[in-house]
Amino acid sequence: MWKWLHSYADPQKAYNLSGRLLPWFATLAIGFIGVGSIWGLLFAPVDYQQGDSYRIIFIHVPAASMSMSAYMAMATSAFIGLVWQIKSADWAAAAIAPIGAVVTFIALITGAAWGKPMWGTWWVWDARLTSELVLLFLYLGVISLYASFEDKVLAARAAGILAIVGVINIPIIKYSVEWWNSLHQPATIKITEKSSMAPEMLYPLLINIFGFGLMIGAITLIRFRAEILARNGMRPWVRELAQAEGVK
Amino acid sequence: MNKGISFTQAFFTLLKRDLKIAIRHKGDIFNPLLFFILVVTLFPLGIGPEPQVLTRVAPGIIWVAALLASMLSLERLFKADFADGSLEQMLLSPQPLSLMVLAKVLAHWLLTGVPLILVAPLLAVLLHLEANSYGALMATLALGTPVLSLLGAIGVALTVGLRKGGVLLSLLILPLYIPVLIFATSAIDAAGLNLPYSGHLAIIGAMLVGSLILAPFAIGASLRVSTN
Repeated sequence: MWKWLHSYADPQKAYNLSGRLLPWFATLAIGFIGVGSIWGLLFAPVDYQQGDSYRIIFIHVPAASMSMSAYMAMATSAFIGLVWQIKSADWAAAAIAPIGAVVTFIALITGAAWGKPMWGTWWVWDARLTSELVLLFLYLGVISLYASFEDKVLAARAAGILAIVGVINIPIIKYSVEWWNSLHQPATIKITEKSSMAPEMLYPLLINIFGFGLMIGAITLIRFRAEILARNGMRPWVRELAQAEGVK
Repeated sequence: MNKGISFTQAFFTLLKRDLKIAIRHKGDIFNPLLFFILVVTLFPLGIGPEPQVLTRVAPGIIWVAALLASMLSLERLFKADFADGSLEQMLLSPQPLSLMVLAKVLAHWLLTGVPLILVAPLLAVLLHLEANSYGALMATLALGTPVLSLLGAIGVALTVGLRKGGVLLSLLILPLYIPVLIFATSAIDAAGLNLPYSGHLAIIGAMLVGSLILAPFAIGASLRVSTN
């Protein structure tokens, strides 16, 4: 199996594979987010306590949970790139970082918009919010470290080390609502036991979480392909590709 | 003929060398300390000299100033060795890199962290810190500043090869400093209210042990990237 997987470390194969996967990810992402958002925003029942303003959950929770998943994906690729010296993994990590930063930002902004009607304030310095803000800073650190090296092989390694060190923050975010008395509500979706949420609200939320994951996958593939082309500009297969596109 | 030297010998040789160099460049020790004192003095001027207000914010001010001072002083940790090539000699030597990195970080902490801990109570008096918080202040600084040196050294090692590393460094390491800041200041606050704070200290101690074990490897790996 490893031999089979290893052949995709080759830039050209990775480029072609991600090109084949992209339409699937993109269509499914549009489908899932479309269904989840329309169901959640228009048809899900009104919350008896929070009224209609709870509906921002259908954006906020997917963005927040995917901000952590994207970080783990980035750190895992960085780890693979560092340990097995696979350059494609480094490029994947570099491709994920800005997407993760944007998703984290969306989670913070929607959280603030939700906090205003519910808690009466845009922002509180509470464990969950602060650790999510730290996550945004970590993403920005990885991006700017990657950008500040001329030699992109070194840049990927340096940014990879930082990404791996930053993984320590992920469990802190995840469990912050259980470890500290937080204004932020504890997790309502549970994998092992029954979720403390009405199924009519839960299903569109789960669909949207899945859709966000697919969307991040799709954008990552686009950026990953661009990154491969940028790093392999001198390779003959990239030149052939460019000539086929009519670039001189 | 060449039997090599033991790990302990290598560790103490490097530690002695770094201490000696720093003592001959006294600015390296005193400038971060002066910076620390100056930043702390700015706050009473900025937010007003009312003792109640100062008492409330004193732990935070002292700790934030300590973070900034430690970050500024860290920049020099590998710079000179990188510039004159002795860092590369260390990377080439048969002794494990994490051991030598640990010696360098320890030397740095002895020269910048310890003076900072010694000056802190004086500044706490200026800021009217609660009388029963002094023990907590000293304990959190003693446990926390080595963590700052260890985590900061990762960022420094990553940016040592870059010309514009300074601003980038703050972006890289200040987020990693935040947990230390949170637990240290809440320990001092708890002590001010006569509440037990051993739990906070235990967490900072755990951070110290964790970073003492893991950070040298990360620093070593980063140095190998930077010196390539």
